[in-house]
Amino acid sequence: MLGPDDIRRLCRLARLEITPAEMADVSAKLSSIVAMVGELQAVATDGVAPMAHPLDRPQRLRPDTVTEVDRHELYQQNAPLVERDLYLVPKVIE
Amino acid sequence: MHTRTLTQLAGDLRARRVSATELTRHFLDRIGRFDKTLNAFVTVTGEQALTQAAAADRRLAKSEATLLTGLPIAHKDIFCTSGVKTSCGSRMLDNFIAPYDATIVDRLQNAGAVMLGKTNMDEFAMGSSNETSFYGPVRNPWNPALVPGGSSGGSAAAVASRIAPAATGTDTGGSIRQPAALTGITGLKPTYGRVSRYGMIAFASSLDQAGTLTRTAEDSALLLEVMAGFDERDSTSLDEPVPRYSQLVNEPWDDITIGVPENFFDKGLDAGNAAAVRAALAELEKLGARLKSIELTHLHHSVPAYYVVAPAEASSNLSRFDGVRFGHRANPPFGDYQGARAGDDDLTTFYMRNRGEGFGAEVKRRILTGTYVLSAGYYDAYYLQAQKVRTLVSDDFARAFREVDVVAGPTTPSPAFGIGQKTSDPIEMYLNDIYTIAANLAGLPAMSLPCGFVRDLPVGLQLIAPPLAEARLLKVAHYFQKATDWHERVPQGYA
Repeated sequence: MLGPDDIRRLCRLARLEITPAEMADVSAKLSSIVAMVGELQAVATDGVAPMAHPLDRPQRLRPDTVTEVDRHELYQQNAPLVERDLYLVPKVIE
Repeated sequence: MHTRTLTQLAGDLRARRVSATELTRHFLDRIGRFDKTLNAFVTVTGEQALTQAAAADRRLAKSEATLLTGLPIAHKDIFCTSGVKTSCGSRMLDNFIAPYDATIVDRLQNAGAVMLGKTNMDEFAMGSSNETSFYGPVRNPWNPALVPGGSSGGSAAAVASRIAPAATGTDTGGSIRQPAALTGITGLKPTYGRVSRYGMIAFASSLDQAGTLTRTAEDSALLLEVMAGFDERDSTSLDEPVPRYSQLVNEPWDDITIGVPENFFDKGLDAGNAAAVRAALAELEKLGARLKSIELTHLHHSVPAYYVVAPAEASSNLSRFDGVRFGHRANPPFGDYQGARAGDDDLTTFYMRNRGEGFGAEVKRRILTGTYVLSAGYYDAYYLQAQKVRTLVSDDFARAFREVDVVAGPTTPSPAFGIGQKTSDPIEMYLNDIYTIAANLAGLPAMSLPCGFVRDLPVGLQLIAPPLAEARLLKVAHYFQKATDWHERVPQGYA
């Protein structure tokens, strides 16, 4: 069972705020999900290799050259706050 | 016009029985007429569609038509479309105008397709009912009180109601096949890596694959032929030649053995669904296929394995949505935050607030589940163990495909369920994908096609094939559709 303290710890790790009103529901549902996936513990997997990916081949590499052109003006049209081409965030250095 | 399949419409356009502009107007009119009820579209791009249709008509007039010239289609709102809102069904991206096209959007447009708009979906493709969308649930054309399935629920409802002749979708755990089954249409999830994921908003990168929602296997072959193929902008794209699916689909099938996993027909399967699927298998046998019982021993472990792997990958993929460069930013943008704790720096609360407001409940649950299974001390017990179980599921298929050419069974455990019926219990919702998830874990191509009705609702037959055997799947499906008319049934009021 994941209690409010566990949920708060996960929320901080995930940078995800949940409101006090959401807490009971998140706690109950997350607990049932964790219990469901906990069934995996009972599966015998000794000597089984983990599968990270369906493609059984090495990742392709490309030449280490610049291929992107500067399109920051277009991209920054989606930004919530921009000043002099810079993305604004809360002050982190006094 | 809307009763014609994509393949038939391609012939109509070439023979000049109809113009691309007339066709596009007809479907835009139908969207206007029916979508208030269905809620299948997040954005309708009417003006752009008519411009594309006019260009298609000019090409048709010069007999310069390419494979899809003038054919209207809809895109799931998970694919980036340059200059058009791309929301992924989320408040997080409600204000996001994609600055570029996804590879498949580009390819379909280059082949001449006309984009009608962007379809509604479960938020970030996380859901099996289209109820987690920020834009509200999509309604099933067969009964507006029921869900169309998800996450590609808007695409499925649009094709089933004939307000779009075909649509794109994505399938991470069943998100094309399950809604196709619940709305009575044909859905194809290709082999992992067959279709580029570039510009497709990532959910679980080792599982996600783009595919098609169409009326027939023939239509699916037509679209896949354009969508598939190597893309250097996707590092997991398969560098394999693309067969001429639209021609191969019509070739005779020879000597096909179909494996029937008996444990798919367990007590969790609705008796009506079981009967319809059994009847479809008997039909395939009558058409010349050999049926062979097989066991996919680890099927029932695929749901828990998936609900470790997919949320783990999602928690990582969705970390990019922080409200800095794009996406939802909470108000006030700076200063004090409600819920801030002593010791929190401004930036941490800023991220937490943006994400807390931008994401809906199901997305939050999956991010938190993923964070939990990847957190210190739990990694081996959950994530590594799930990856090992993934190997077992994949090995089950590899063993089966030494004896059979195709695996066939149900797509879903039941027909469409009521809106709100399963929202209180996530596990019950997750179990809706019990038969579809295994193909994603193994990266295999799979289809769902209409094979009957239960309580006046469509039932899906699922076909699964070895890697890159899409042509075989399409051929079997097309053969079945030539002998049956389940795929021709139209929901009442939409004929």
